[in-house]
Amino acid sequence: MQKTRRFVAYLKRIPSDIRKLFREPLLLTGIVLVSAFLFIFIVFPLFKIFHLSFEDDGRLSLRIFFELLSKDYNVQPLIHSLHLGVFVSILGTVIGFVFAYAVTRVDIPWKRFFNVTATFPIIAPPFMMALAMILLFGKQGFVSSMILNNVIRFEIYGFNGLLAVETLTYFSTAYLTLYGVLQAIDPALEDAALDLGASKWHVFKRITLPLAVPGIASAFLLIFSQSLADFGNPMILAGNYTILATQAYLTIVGMYDMKGGAALAILLLIPSIIAFCLQKYWVSRKFYITVTGKPSSTRIKMDHPVTKYGMFAICLLLTAAIFLFYGMIIFGSFVKLWGANHTPTLDNYIHVFTVGWGYIKDTLLLSAIATPTAGLLAMIIAFLVVRKNFPGKRLMELVSLLTFAVPGTVVGIGYILAFNEYPLKLTGTAAIIILLFIFRDLAVGVQTGIAELQQIDPSIEEAATDLGADSATTFRRITLPLITPAFYAGLAFTFVKCMTAISAVIFVVSGKWNLITIAILGSVENSDLAQAAAFSVVIIVFILLALWLINFLVNLMGVKKKISFEKAEAL
Amino acid sequence: MNQPFLKIRNLSKEFLSEYQAEKVIAVNNFNIEIQKGEFVTLLGPSGCGKTTTLRMIGGFETPTRGDILLDDMIINDIPPNKRDTCMVFQSYALFPHMNIFENVAFGLEFRNLTKGEIKKRVEKILELVGLSGMGNRPVSQLSGGQQQRVALARAMVNEPKVLLFDEPLSNLDAKLRIKMRIFIRRIQQEANITSIYVTHDQEEAMTLSDRIVVMNRGEIEQVGTPEEIYARPRTTFVADFIGKRSNFVTGKVVEYGPGTQEVEFWDRTFTFRGYDHLKKGDTVTMVIRPEMIELSDQEGICNGVVTMVTYLGSEVNYEVTANGQVFAVEVANPLKTGVYHKGDSVCLNFDLDNIYLVKS
Repeated sequence: MQKTRRFVAYLKRIPSDIRKLFREPLLLTGIVLVSAFLFIFIVFPLFKIFHLSFEDDGRLSLRIFFELLSKDYNVQPLIHSLHLGVFVSILGTVIGFVFAYAVTRVDIPWKRFFNVTATFPIIAPPFMMALAMILLFGKQGFVSSMILNNVIRFEIYGFNGLLAVETLTYFSTAYLTLYGVLQAIDPALEDAALDLGASKWHVFKRITLPLAVPGIASAFLLIFSQSLADFGNPMILAGNYTILATQAYLTIVGMYDMKGGAALAILLLIPSIIAFCLQKYWVSRKFYITVTGKPSSTRIKMDHPVTKYGMFAICLLLTAAIFLFYGMIIFGSFVKLWGANHTPTLDNYIHVFTVGWGYIKDTLLLSAIATPTAGLLAMIIAFLVVRKNFPGKRLMELVSLLTFAVPGTVVGIGYILAFNEYPLKLTGTAAIIILLFIFRDLAVGVQTGIAELQQIDPSIEEAATDLGADSATTFRRITLPLITPAFYAGLAFTFVKCMTAISAVIFVVSGKWNLITIAILGSVENSDLAQAAAFSVVIIVFILLALWLINFLVNLMGVKKKISFEKAEAL
Repeated sequence: MNQPFLKIRNLSKEFLSEYQAEKVIAVNNFNIEIQKGEFVTLLGPSGCGKTTTLRMIGGFETPTRGDILLDDMIINDIPPNKRDTCMVFQSYALFPHMNIFENVAFGLEFRNLTKGEIKKRVEKILELVGLSGMGNRPVSQLSGGQQQRVALARAMVNEPKVLLFDEPLSNLDAKLRIKMRIFIRRIQQEANITSIYVTHDQEEAMTLSDRIVVMNRGEIEQVGTPEEIYARPRTTFVADFIGKRSNFVTGKVVEYGPGTQEVEFWDRTFTFRGYDHLKKGDTVTMVIRPEMIELSDQEGICNGVVTMVTYLGSEVNYEVTANGQVFAVEVANPLKTGVYHKGDSVCLNFDLDNIYLVKS
C-alpha cells in the first residue's frame, strides 16, 4: 500500500523533474548521452546474447533453455564451474579471514609486509598463478622435476590445479573485504565483552565472528563471482575439466558455433547475477553499523604466545607460497628454455621488446586512452546518480554497476554479436577494445565515486549553484576537485584491469590491435614458458610504474590533505 | 569501617608515540584512596590522562609504574575479564547483533548461574533502569537515552565492586544529559556501588560526585568535594578550569606573621588570614569569581568603567575595566540592584573572606 503510494508520488514528480531538466540543456544533454552510451555498450550486447539464444524461428522461446540443460556438454561445464566456484570461495574466504584476523587482532610482527603481500595478487594478471603453477609443478616443473625428480606426479591440470591457483589469486578479495569489516568493528565492543567477563576466545566466538558474518558472506560471494568469471587460469590449467567461461570461448572460436557459445554464456551469466544480487541487495544490508561514538582508543591485541606465533606461522607460510609462485615467474623469465636449458639469459626480454613490442605498444596506448575516459565517465555517472534528480536515475546506477556482475566472457561474446554489422561495425578496430575497457571496469569507479560523494555535504555544491554556477560548472569546479581521491583510485583500478584484461578482450583483438595478455596465452600454448614469464614480468613492472605515477601525482597536488580536511568538516 | 576500598598508588602510564618512538607521559604519579560507595569523578580537559587512568583501573591498559589495590589486593595484572570492575563506554558498545536481554545477560553467562537466575537478575535490573518488558527489542531500535540505560544495566547487573564510566553522557543532547545524570546518581546511591566517572563537563562532575579529581597533563591538580574545588582552588589551573570565568590578580606577599598575611595588589596592601604556607616575597594570584564582585556608586576597593553589558534577565554580566585589567562581574537579581550602562563609572567591591589566594 505504502509502496504504491510512494510510486504514485514518484510518477507525479516526473513531469516537474523533466521540466527542470529542460531549463538546463547541458545537464539534459549529459544525461541523454550517458544513458545512450550505457545502453549501447552495456545493455545492447547483453540483449544480443539473450536474443540469439532465446530466439527460435523468429519467436521468443524458453524452449532453448531447457534444451540447453538437457545436453551433457552444457551441463558438465556448468557443474564444474559451480563446483570449483564453491570450493575456491570457501578456501579463499577462510584464508582471507585468518589473514585479516591476524593483521587486525593479533599482535604479530611484520603486519605491513603481510598486508602488502596479501593484496599483491589483485594487481597481478590473474593467470600468472597458473603459469607459475606449471613452472613449479608441471612436467618440467621446478619442484616436480628438479627437486623431486618426478618421484611424485602432480595432477595440476584440472580441478586441483585450478583450486590452488584461484584460491591463491582470489583470497586477496576476501582479505581486503574482511580487513575492512574487522577494522570497522568498534574496539569498545570487544573491550566491553572482555570487561563483562568473557575470555578472549569467547570474545571471538560471541562478538567478533558474529559481527563479521555479513563480511564473510560478502567475501564468499565476491570470490564465487570471480572464480566463475576467471578465464586466464582455466585456459592454461583446465585440461579436460571443462568450465563455462573457457568452454564458451572455445565453442565460438574453435567450433564457430555462435549459438552454442551464447547459450553457455547465458548459463554463466545466471549464477553470476544471482551472486551479485545476493551480495549487493541482501548481504550488504545485514552489515551492522557498530560505530556509535568516537572511534575509541586502541584495540587490545591477542598476545598469547600460541595464538601469536601460530598465526604468524600461518601468515608466513601463505606469503611464502605467494613469493614462491611470483618468484618462479621472475626466475623463469631469465632462463633460456624452460625445462631444457636453464642458462641465465636476457633473450626473453630482448624478444619481448623487439618481436613483442607491438603488443606492448598497443596495450599501453589503448589502456592510456581508456583509463582517463573511464575514470571521468564514472565520476560523471556518480555525480548524476547522487546529486541530480531525473527519471531513470536508479536504472542508470544499476546498469553502470551491472558490469561488475557480468563475466568478461559474456561481455566479449556480446560485443562480437553487437558490433559486427553496420552501423556499429567496430570489429577489428582499436575503438572496440577501448570501449570494452571503458565499460568493463566502469562499476568500480562509479561505486567509489558514489561513496565519496555521499560523504560530501550537498550544501557545498548548493552554494556554488546559489552563486550562479550551472550544473556543468559546479561539477567541474566543485565536485570533481572534491572527489579527486576516488577519481584517482578509479584510474589506478581501471589501468590495472586494462593491463591484465583477457576474458572479454580475447574476443575482440585482431591482427592489427593485440594485447600482451593474449601474447602470454599464446606463448603458454606454444609451451614457450620462459617467454610467457618475461611478458608477465613486463606487465607487472608497467603496472607498478603506473601506480607509482598516479600516487606521485596525487601527492604532488596535496589532494590527500585537502580532502581529509573536507571530510572532517563534513563529519 | 572507613578503610579505603580502592587504593591507587603512584600510578603512571607512558606510551611510545607511534611515529617518533618518543616517550609520552599520559598519567604521572596518580594517587588516590576511594571509600566504598563513593562517587569520584576524574575531570579535566581532553588529553589530561583521565580516560587512560580509567582504562588502567578497568584493566585495558597496563600501568608503567604504580599499583591499583582493590580490597587490599593488587589487581595490576588481572585481565579485564577477571577483574571485578565494569565499564559503561562512551559509545555504549552495545552488541548490535543481540537484543536488550542478551546484551544485559552477556556478563552473567560467565558466572555459573542457572538460566532462571540469569533471567531473574536481568529482569530486576531492567526494571531498575526503567526498561522492563523490553528485553526482546534489538538495540539498534533504541533511542540514545535507552541505549544508555541498557549500557548501565549491562554493567550493573554483574554487581561489580567498582563501576567505571567513560564519558557516558557525551553522545546525548543537553536536556537528556541532565535527566540521565540525575538518574545515574540515584541508581548509584541506591545500589551503593563505588563509581569512578570520567568527564570534561564540570557541571556534570559537580552534580554527580562526592569528590572530584581535577587532572591536567597527566597529573592531579586537586582532589576535593565540588565545593572545595570551586571555592578553594589549589592551583591557578583549577581556578581557571572550574567555573564559568574567574578574575585573576597577581600580587606579592609583603609581610607575614602568625595567622595574618599582608599581600600587595595594585600598590595597595590587603590583609588575609589562614595562608600560613605563604612566605614573604611569594608571588600569589587572587582568584575572584565574577559573582563575588559587587558594583556600586560609592567607594570600593577600586574604581573602574563599564565596558560591556550583557543583560540576561535573571542576571547581568558586565565587563569592567579597572587598574588596567578587565574584570568579569556577574550581578544577580538586576531588578533589585539596577543596571549600569556602558561608559558608567563604578566601584568594585569584594569580600576578602570569600576570595582565594593561590601561590603561583
